Formats: sequence, structure tokens, C-alpha cells
Amino acid sequence: MTEHMNPYVPILVMIGVATALAVAGVVVSRFIGPHRYNKAKLSPYESGMEATPGAAGGGRVPIRYYLIAMTFIVFDIEIVFLYPWAIAYERLSLFGLVAILSFLALITVPFVYEWRRGGFDW
Amino acid sequence: MTFESPIIEWAPLAPVLIVFAAAVLGIVIETADPKVWIRRRLQVALALVATLAAAATAALQWSVLDGDGTRVVVDRIICDRHSLIWMVMIAVFAALAILLFSSRVGGDDAFAPLAAAAPGSEEEREASEKGLAQTEVFPLALFSVGGMMLFTMVSDTLILFIVLELISLPLYVLVALSRRRRLLSQEAALKYFLMGAFASAVYLFGAALIYGGAFSTSFTIIDTAIVQYHGREALVLVGTVLALVGLLFKLGAVPFHAWTPDAYQGAPTPVTAFMAAATKAAAVAALIRFLYLAVHRFEWEIAPVLWTIAIATMLVGTVAAIVQTDIKRMLAYSSIAHGGFVLVAVTSFEREALSAAVFYMLAYGLATLGAFAVVGQVREVTKDGSLGAEATRLGQWAGLGRRSPWMATAMAVFLLSFAGIPLTAGFIGKYVAFKAAFDSGGWPLVVVAVLAAVVAVFFYVRVIVLMFLTPVPEDLKDAVEVTESTGPSLVVGITALATVLLGVVPSVVLDLASNAAILVP
Amino acid sequence: MLSVTWLAIAAPLGSAAVLLLGGRRLDRWGHWLAVAASTTSAVVGVGVMADLLSRSDRAVQQHLFDWIPGGELEVSAGLLVDPLSVSFLLLVGVVGTLIHVYSVAYMEGDPRRRTFFAYLNLFVAAMLLLVLADSYLLLFVGWEGVGLASYLLIGFWNQNPPFASAANKAFVVNRIGDVGLVLALGLMFAHLGSVDFAGVFASAPTASEGVLTAIGLMLLLAACGKSAQFPLQSWLGDAMAGPTPVSALIHAATMVTAGVYLIVRSGPVYAGAPTALLLVAIVGAITLLFGAVVGMAKDDIKRVLAASTISQIGYMMLAAGLGPVGFAFAIFHLITHGFFKAGLFLGAGSVMHGMGDQVDMRRFGGLATLMKVTWVTMGLGWLAILGVPPFSGFWSKDRIIEVAFIGEGMKPWLLGGAALLGAGLTAYYMSRLFFMTFHGKGRWTEGQHPHEASALMTVPMIILAVGSAALGLIFAIGDSFVTWLEPVTGHVTHEDPVLAVPVIMTLTLVLVALGIGLAYRQYALLPVPETAPVASLAVQAARKDLYQDSVNSVLLEYPGQTLTRTLVFADAKVVDGAVNAVAAGTVGLGGLVRRLQAGRVRSYAAMMLVGVVVVLGIVILAINGKGWF
Repeated sequence: MTEHMNPYVPILVMIGVATALAVAGVVVSRFIGPHRYNKAKLSPYESGMEATPGAAGGGRVPIRYYLIAMTFIVFDIEIVFLYPWAIAYERLSLFGLVAILSFLALITVPFVYEWRRGGFDW
Repeated sequence: MTFESPIIEWAPLAPVLIVFAAAVLGIVIETADPKVWIRRRLQVALALVATLAAAATAALQWSVLDGDGTRVVVDRIICDRHSLIWMVMIAVFAALAILLFSSRVGGDDAFAPLAAAAPGSEEEREASEKGLAQTEVFPLALFSVGGMMLFTMVSDTLILFIVLELISLPLYVLVALSRRRRLLSQEAALKYFLMGAFASAVYLFGAALIYGGAFSTSFTIIDTAIVQYHGREALVLVGTVLALVGLLFKLGAVPFHAWTPDAYQGAPTPVTAFMAAATKAAAVAALIRFLYLAVHRFEWEIAPVLWTIAIATMLVGTVAAIVQTDIKRMLAYSSIAHGGFVLVAVTSFEREALSAAVFYMLAYGLATLGAFAVVGQVREVTKDGSLGAEATRLGQWAGLGRRSPWMATAMAVFLLSFAGIPLTAGFIGKYVAFKAAFDSGGWPLVVVAVLAAVVAVFFYVRVIVLMFLTPVPEDLKDAVEVTESTGPSLVVGITALATVLLGVVPSVVLDLASNAAILVP
Repeated sequence: MLSVTWLAIAAPLGSAAVLLLGGRRLDRWGHWLAVAASTTSAVVGVGVMADLLSRSDRAVQQHLFDWIPGGELEVSAGLLVDPLSVSFLLLVGVVGTLIHVYSVAYMEGDPRRRTFFAYLNLFVAAMLLLVLADSYLLLFVGWEGVGLASYLLIGFWNQNPPFASAANKAFVVNRIGDVGLVLALGLMFAHLGSVDFAGVFASAPTASEGVLTAIGLMLLLAACGKSAQFPLQSWLGDAMAGPTPVSALIHAATMVTAGVYLIVRSGPVYAGAPTALLLVAIVGAITLLFGAVVGMAKDDIKRVLAASTISQIGYMMLAAGLGPVGFAFAIFHLITHGFFKAGLFLGAGSVMHGMGDQVDMRRFGGLATLMKVTWVTMGLGWLAILGVPPFSGFWSKDRIIEVAFIGEGMKPWLLGGAALLGAGLTAYYMSRLFFMTFHGKGRWTEGQHPHEASALMTVPMIILAVGSAALGLIFAIGDSFVTWLEPVTGHVTHEDPVLAVPVIMTLTLVLVALGIGLAYRQYALLPVPETAPVASLAVQAARKDLYQDSVNSVLLEYPGQTLTRTLVFADAKVVDGAVNAVAAGTVGLGGLVRRLQAGRVRSYAAMMLVGVVVVLGIVILAINGKGWF
């Protein structure tokens, strides 16, 4: 059966499922969740923190925000490249290995920089 | 499906790799976190050595180049004489800019002592008193320089995009780092970033459309695809126009120029000099490569677009520059106008345009570096007698010739070169650029260009009159001071000499440039 | 010597560089280096002339180096050695060297004597480049070079603000002329396809009269600026602020005659542009009368000589404007004038030297017995400029007057009449100068002890005086100078003037005698008041240079100044005011400003978006009809 199926059908199904799940999450929680509102619960992001503390009035966002974001990006990008490399490891052979190792070495430099410059001292 | 490892020619890449290696090494130095004065010296030395070594290796390639060009990475990165001459130029501009970066006036460099501190805050004051310094500017600049040099060799729409980002991201940060007028600087960086992101998106959209029409990102394949795939021309053409927008943004062409005055004014002056000279050169190099290699078969279709943009750029740049009262803003608008002048040459799609663009950007870049170096030396004196921010208001430049005859004379040379007065490099640059356009039948464009150039003379000469023929106003006698620190003085000297030499005996460089008028697909 | 012609330029240029860069250690002997450099130029000049005389081909072009290669504009830097340029080479070399020697004594005690000599050498190098260049472009380099040297030397004593502004005035007025030369260059390149002499002259006969007239007028504008011709004459009087040797060399003998050189050199261009040529003659006629009228009223000895220079160059321009007939006489008069005017200036310098830098002729008088050498040498110069036979001026100036009477219709009567009248006026004002200075009763201020200058100063004066006396006669015998210039100016057969030659000569001499007589009665026999008496409106106008500065002010200066003031005012009040207002109101306006700025980024983005849409629209219009959509 698979060979007759249009290759785009799984994507359509995927979109349908994703939409259904998202809508269901919002709708269902509305019906079954307890409704005890407070200030934190009404804020856009229910994290206990002001979303952009006083940003509109001239205040500043704590620098840690960005440190976390940067650290995340370092590892995020690392993994984004490591996955495909790992899957195609056999075919990429030595060239791939050298490439990914130099990539890892380079991406370590900013990580060490962040660490040594006190990026992780909270 | 088997994977074949690409064959990479390392030799032509060497200049770029040297710069990138130095940048990474610079970060490693920062990692070790030595004392400020050690850090600064190491970084300056490293950056200077790297840029000069890159220039030397690129120049060396000239003679050992295999034939007219080398395929560095398949047909995606190609090194030919044209890219080499741009690479040398960019590396030299970068070395001069590094000299400006390293200059310190009254113990302070041009950059914020602690970029993360809020402007005017207690932390900032403390950082300033402790003598902290953000020496990361050197590796940041090097990353950008490496990108620019790579930019001149790229023959692939996707790699072009990545390199474009590589150039831009460090610049966004550098623009935000001014020591004085922090808020203006941060605002400029944000604007530059937002507009840059917008332009990148437009470019990427264009590249996607081209891929949709030509099934490839390689310039060579796009070129043949334009005639091969009937019925898809429109897709490639629309993609081409959108991709051009992304490149013209970097050049500061109207109507994609709005960021330029703000960014140039807000950025630390050495960064402005660097952006105005090196970034523009790189943008022209990439623009030429894209136009002449990938889409030259659309010459007749995109010519109206390029003509419109060139004319708008020259007129807006010139007219807006006349009403400026801030020297940095005036130079920013003048640099927009110069982008228009070089576009006049580029639009001709002639071989001559290649050498004309090289010479024009060399002349313009030298004068720009010199002019901003002078701007960085004219300082306000604060109430307690110490040197403050740069005195960029035109009124504060009155009688500069009396305060510092050499600086003012050099500035006059740069302004005359901008204005295209004979016996300066700018004249020869304008001459060869306009001639290239004229020969290919673009005489209406040349007429507008000449008119704009004549109008432009007015505001350049106005500054000269202000410097030499206007006495120092009484109330400004002690409020402005011209410092003559070593680095910038050196840059001013070198660029002024080069500007005059190129104007008097342009033949050497013109010959080189016409030898380099070879694009290898 | 032909092969080392470049040395004539290189020697003074190198010497100037050494003097400027050498620093104080050269203070003791630097001026002798400058003298040696200038002498080298003179010697090379003599050698080159000897070589040239022994050749049948009297024009040698020497290639120096490729200057601007490639494309349609190929310019190589080269020298053109022909009778015209060699005449100038000799004039500049010989007179220049004499004035260098004179300056050694004149500038003694000036703390910046070394710099002075460096500038003087720079001038010699630039002037020789100007006359030896084989293309208009290289000539332009020399042209700007002499302008620079002149500017530096007029403002040499720039601690005195009026002197500095005199330098600025000369600079600005000269730039107006330079615009003419640049435009002429552009026109030549655009229409004749070349900027070197050979190329321009080869294609000039085929060009349209309109083009040639335009080029001719632009060249005339350039010549007017450099040679202080009407209406750009105003700077020369003020240029007398410079040291007197400078006035003698640059502002009398050589640089100011560059305009005449330019016109004569461009003869082939003017051959096809009779209208432009006529205008040259008219400008010359107006200027010669203008200078003479101003010269009659001035009391400052140097300003009288400056007015006289303007007037004499007017004669040369008039001659040049008469076409090939006049070219040779223009250059002839230029050479003799170079000698006697330099001699007169050096004499004036000697008088000032002896009188403690006094320049007011009303405070001179009776110096003939005390300064014998100066009296005799200036006397010879005076007779020469008057055109008294057999002195130099008689041979050159009278020929110009004769030639001015050649032609048809009104032209010869007007031009010839002006030249004739000018001769009479010249006799009056020069005699006035001579008698007021050397004869009558001494009207010196207290504590002045007139004395003769040292040999270093008097010897050059004597040599120049001998030149003033004899040069004209030597050149005139057998028309030798005119024949010598023929390869450049072309051979022409003379038509007869509208009046017979003896009649013209007699009329001239009568007018000259009348001028001398009037001046003698007024300034040698009758007492001269020590301050200028109240005079008629006409004399007052002449004293004020016929209101040239006021005219310039109204036409050029006020509009320019108003514009500048408005800009400065706008900068000081509007812009600063706005900045201050913003600073004061920051707190209150903070929110508004921020919203505006946010809006601006948005509008930038909108501008860009509109731009993208517009360019897409253009491209779609461009491919409309191709069926691609």
C-alpha cells in the first residue's frame, strides 16, 4: 500500500494530529482544570517571573537571561549537527570525523570563555 | 548514495583561515583573562599580524594562482584574481581599522569598559574607574574580516547567506559598544540588527525562489539554468531581485539605506570607519560576483532596477548630506552617495567595470578610513578639563586648520578625494567608474552621476572652508581640542599619502586592477 | 643639455624638499643651496637654448613616464622643448637666480629665511613645469603649483592678519580662474579626445567653432585669474603683502604672465575661434587702461608697481588677442617686461630697505643723491617701461601699439586708441613714482637714514637694469626674437596698420613726453603734500582701485557670506537650541521620544518593504510581454 500513497499524506496527517493536540490541550484544560486564579496565574508565562520586568518603563532584563540563552544555543547547535553526523557516520568516513571534531573543538572555545568569564557564577 | 568528500584547495583559503584562527586565538586569550594591559597588547598585536599576514598570503596567491583561478570547494567557492585583489584590499583596510581600534585618548579607548552595564549606571562608572576594557572587539572584528574576505570568493547563494551573517553579527555587537553616548550607540545597534535581519530574510526568500527555479544554489548552474528551464525564468528573476535587495542593503543603497546614518553616527568611530570602508568593499565584491556570474543573462531585465536604485542612491545621499550638521552623519550620507557612484560602474556589465569598482572602492575606502580617523581625534573638552566625546557638530570644526594644521590638511585631502577633485584618488575613481558606464551606453546614468558629484562638492568644500577660513569661535576656544595620538595619526598619514599618490600616479594600481578583471565561473 | 632638461625642474624641487624637511641645521647655508638650485635651472636653460639653436627641428618632445595609462585617456608626462618654452625657461632661470641672490640679503635676519627659500624654489620648479609641460594636464599641475607657492609667499608674514587675508584673497580669486582651466580640460577631452598639446592642436582644425570658442573662453577665464586681468584683477594689489623679492619674481616677472603663455600656447585653438580671440584683446585693452588709471592715484610704491604690472600684462593680452600677428610681440614684451619690472621692484625693495620699510611715496623724495645705484637702475627701468628709445620697452611695447592698429572697421581704432592712451598714462604714473621717490625735497619721517643696500642686493639690480636697457635692442635687431619664435607662433606677413607707422610712433612719443612733463611739473618742481590731499571723485575712485573690491563684495562676497552666516546661525541657534530643548525636556518627553524612535525603525522597515515592492514592480514591467508569467 505504501508505494501507492502520496508522500505528502503523512505530513498532512502530522499537521492534523498536531493541531488536534494543541486545540485539545487548551479546550480540555478549560473544562477539567480547577479555576483558582491569582496574579501569577494570569501572567502570560506562568513562571512566577514578570515576563519582561518593567521593560516598557525603561527597566532592564537581568543579564542571566541571556547567559542561559547563550549556553543553550551552544549545546543546541552542537546537537543539531551531531545527530545527522552520527546517522551518516559510516558514509561520511574520516572526512566527517575530522570535520565534526574540529567543529566540537571550536564550539568549546566560547563555552570555556563563558565559564572562565564567570558566566556560571550565579 | 555514496558520499564523496569534497576536494578542498587549502592554499587560496589560507588568508581567510589565518584571520579566523587569529579570531579564535583571540577568544582563547580572553578565556585566560590576563590583566587588561597584557590583554590589550596581545589582541592588538595578534589582530595586526593576522590581517597583515592575510594580506601578504593573498598577495602571494596572485603569482602562484593556477591559471586565472582556482576552484577552492567544487564550484561553490572560487578564488580568482578579482577575489584576491578585493581580499588584499579588505585585509589592508582591516589592518588600518585595527590601528584605529587600538587608539586611546586620555587613557580611554573608543569602546565601553563594560558593555553589559546599563548606560549611566553605577556599574559603568566603576568599570570605567577600574580601567576595564572590552578587548573582545578585536576577535569580533577579525571574525567579520574573515567573513568579508570569504565573501569575495563565494559562488553559491546559500554559502553567501551564511557568510553574510558571519560578517553582520559581529558588526551588530561592535556598533553597540561605543564608550560615549551609550544610548545612541545601543539604539543604533538595535536598528542595524532589526533592519539587517529583515534584509537577510528578504535575501533568503530570494535565494529560495532562485533554487525553486534553477534547482541549485551554485552560481554556475543558476547561470545555465536561466536558459535551460523555460517557464521558470520569472521565478529566478524575482528571486534575483530579492537576493539583490539583501546585498544592496549591505551597500547602503536607497531605499535600503535607512540604517546607515544611525548606525554610522552611533557606532564607535573606529567601527564606523571599518564598516564604511571594509564592509562596503566586500558588499561590492559579492554584488559583482552574483550579478556577473549568476544572473548576467538577466542584464536587460534587472538593468532598470539597478539604474533606478543607483540614481536614487546618488540623489538621496547627496541631497541629504547637504543638510547635515553632524560630521559623522554627513560622512554617512556621503558614503551612501558613493555607494550609488560605484553602482553606476557595476550596472554596465562590462569587464571594465570590474577594475573600475576595485579602484573606486580603494580610493573611497582609504579616504573614509582617514576621514573617520580625523573625526576620532577632534574631542570636546569637558568642564573639568578632561577630554570628552568626539566633537562631531560641524560648528565645532570651525578653525580646525588653526588648531591642528596637519590633521586639517589631511582631512581636506580626504574631502577633496570624496569630491573627486583632480590629483586625488577620488577623481581617478570617479573617472574610471563613469567611463565604464558611459562606454556601455549608460550615459543618462553618467549625467545624473556627474550632476550629483558636482552638488556633492558643495558640502565637502563647506567643511574645508569651515576648517581653514572660519576663525575659531570665542566660546569654543577651549571647548574643543585636537589630540594627535599615534595610531590614528599613522592611519591619517598613510591614507592621505595613498590618496594623493593614487591621484597622481594611478597607473600602477589601475594596471593591477585591470589585470584582476577576471571572473572565473 | 637637451637630455637633462628635466633637471631644470628637479633641481629646485629637490632643493625645496631638502630645505623643508632638513630642519634648523640648514639655517646657516640653506639659502645658498636654493641659489645653487636656481642657478642650475638657469644653466640648463642656457645649454638647452644652445642645443636648440644648433638643430633644424626646433620642437623636441621628451617622454618622462606614463602618467595615466589605459583607456581613451592616455596621458604621459613629458616635456616640450621649443623656442617658446625655452624663452620662459631662460626668463625664469635668470631672473629667478638674480632674485634669489637679492633675497639672501633682503631676508637676512628673518627667522624663517630657510622656509622662504624653500617656497621660492618650489615656485621655480612649478613655474618651469608649467611652461615645459607637453600637455594641458601637466601644465595644470604646474599651474596649481605656482598658485600654491604664490599663496604661501604672499602670506609669508602671516602673523599679520591683513597679509594672511591677502593670501586668501589671491587663493580664492585664482581658484575661479582654475575652474576655467579644468572646464577647458574637460571640453578638450570630450570633443578633441586628448589633453596633450600635440593631440589637441592636431584635432583642433577639425572641431566645430562652437567647441573651440567654448574652450577658448574657458582658457581666457583661467588666464584672467592667473594674470590678474579684468575682471579677476583684484588680488594682485593685495598680493604686494608678500616680501618684495616675491613681488618681483612671482607677481611681476613670471607667474602672472602665465596667462599670456597659456593663450599664446593655445594659438591653434584660438585660430578656429575668432570670437574668443577678440574677447582676449578686449579684456587686454580694458585691463591696460584699468591698471594705468589705478596706478596714477596710488601712493604706496609697491601698489603703483602692481597696478603697472596689471596694465602691462593687459598690453600682452591685447597683443595675444590679435592672433598670430601679435603672439610674438606679446612674448617679446613679456620677456622685456620681466626684466625691467623685476628691476623696478627690486629697486623699490632697496628703497624700502633704506627707508625702514616705508612704502608711502609721499614720505620719500630727494633720494637720488643718497642711493645712487638704486636711482640709476630704477631710472633705466623707468625709461624702459615708458618706451623711450632705445630702451627695451620701446622695441616691444611700441610694436604692440602698431599691431593693435591693424585691422578693419572700428576694431583697430578702439584697440589701438586704448593702447596709445595707455602709453601716455603709463608715462605719467611711472614718472610720478620716479620723481616722488628720487627728486623734490626729502619728506622723510623722523629718524630715517636713507642708505644704499649691500652688494648682494645692488648687483642683481645692476644686471637687471642692463637687461632693461639693452635686451630690447638686441632682440629687435633683424627681428631676431620674432624669427626665433616662428616655429611656435607661425610665420605671418604683416598687414599695414590703419595709420602709418611713423605717425603712430610720433603720437606715442608725444604722449609719453607729455606724461613725463606733467609729472615733472607736479612732483619734482612743485612741493608734494605729505598726506594725500582731498581730491576729485575720479581720483578718489582710482585710489580705491575703481571700487573693484566693492563690486566683488556685492556680486560674490555678500551672497556667499550670507549663506555661510545663515548656516552658522542655523547651527548655533536652531540645532543647538533644539538639542538643548531636548536635553531640558528629556524627562517629560522621554516617553514620546521613545515612541517616536520605535516608530522610526518601523518606518525604516516600511521604507524597505516599499522599496522591495517597487523594484519588483519595475522588473515585472520590464519583462512585461515576454510571457514569462
